[in-house]
Amino acid sequence: MLKEKKKKQQSLHRRNSELAVANKQLEKLSNGIFANGELPTFSEKINETNQFPLRPKGLEILQINVGYMCNQVCEHCHVDAGPDRKEIMTRETMEQCLNVIKNTGAHTLDLTGGAPEMNPNFRWFVEEASKVGIKDFIVRSNLTIIRANKKYHDLPEFFKKHNVHIISSMPHWTRGKTDKQRGEGVFDQSIKALRDLNAVGYGMPNSELRLDLVYNPSGAFLPSNQASMEKDFKKALLEDFNIQFHNLFAITNLPISRFLDYLIASDNYEDYMYSLVDAYNPAAVKNVMCRNTISISWDGYLYDCDFNQMLELKVSSKIQHISEYNEEILNNRNIVISQHCYGCTAGAGSSCQGTVTE
Amino acid sequence: MASDNYYDPKDLRKFGKITEWSEELGEKFFEYYGKVFEEGALTAREKALIALAVAHTEQCPYCIDAYTKDSLQRGVTKEEMMEAVHVGAAIKSGATLVHGVMMMNKVNKLDG
Repeated sequence: MLKEKKKKQQSLHRRNSELAVANKQLEKLSNGIFANGELPTFSEKINETNQFPLRPKGLEILQINVGYMCNQVCEHCHVDAGPDRKEIMTRETMEQCLNVIKNTGAHTLDLTGGAPEMNPNFRWFVEEASKVGIKDFIVRSNLTIIRANKKYHDLPEFFKKHNVHIISSMPHWTRGKTDKQRGEGVFDQSIKALRDLNAVGYGMPNSELRLDLVYNPSGAFLPSNQASMEKDFKKALLEDFNIQFHNLFAITNLPISRFLDYLIASDNYEDYMYSLVDAYNPAAVKNVMCRNTISISWDGYLYDCDFNQMLELKVSSKIQHISEYNEEILNNRNIVISQHCYGCTAGAGSSCQGTVTE
Repeated sequence: MASDNYYDPKDLRKFGKITEWSEELGEKFFEYYGKVFEEGALTAREKALIALAVAHTEQCPYCIDAYTKDSLQRGVTKEEMMEAVHVGAAIKSGATLVHGVMMMNKVNKLDG
């Protein structure tokens, strides 16, 4: 029992799990039901509507992963983040990112992790990046980091000063479901952090300080209608905790990393892949985020999305690193796909900004 | 029959195939079914809970499978799901027990 608990507090990397290796995940996603013809591969599926190869439609979002270190070890983390992960973006790479931010055609800058706030140069980077005047400047905060240590308590004020748009995960409005996925005590600390954010104006009606929440299911099932879930979340958080926020983004768990590990361990992998393929929506393919996003890893490499980053699938372009960044060349690439991509095309579609169809 | 069981979880995915042997009736059924579960005077979440309770009183394994998952997808908690099942159970047992009045009436008439 204790051993099991300790395991839950460690990343797959730390546990030396087979699935910590990207190639092993890709093998799992290409073998079995996808190799024996039971289910079509993602490329076969999008080819049915002549959408293969998938191509960018113009860059709108630069997503920068500033490190895999995190104060939480969420059961379904696609990054395999945790306190034991040491991959952190250096100031030098951040400077290279700033050069790109100054010249990009993208209207959104999206900082993610791990807990991006744990990068020692995080505040400097936010200050410098906010000077560029990019339209939408997002930080994906896990909330609990704000309460984790005194040195983070002023983050709501810091975010406000730089007009940062906060997006945070919240798998459910009840303690049990949230703690099951994100760790013991996470719900209570998240509620406290949300109150801190509300107190400085984040998430309040008509406030320009944007606070959005991300809902991703706590188990082996897909999210339902985003608008209905938003209504339920708003009602429960307001009535039970007097907390307000702007929008809820419903995000599908992609079958990679710790969620893939969970699916296999709980004997849900095949059923989940069937659910994703059954819910495939060709209309969602037109708006998948890899078509308007570039994802940059802690060490400066470029990917079609954060998921491809974790699967170590670099962009298929002669430009593969931030140091040689060229938007025109990058916009002329084929997007790298595998069966995990079904996660972004199920139902109303899924992206870091929620659903992608009406 | 490929399976040794009367019920096979994989058969749930084949439900749509019933249309192949009677296209008009099958399509009409699925059109009706889909319409019933749309948001209306009741929310889709409320309908999922009703369906879950009925799935239990009907003791339909396919329906329990489908509406447990549907409830989870709609953010329904396990406490809410169990309460819904109890509502079904209460009606089922109540329906049995209320017939006791019939028995009492009969006893009273024959031997009162």
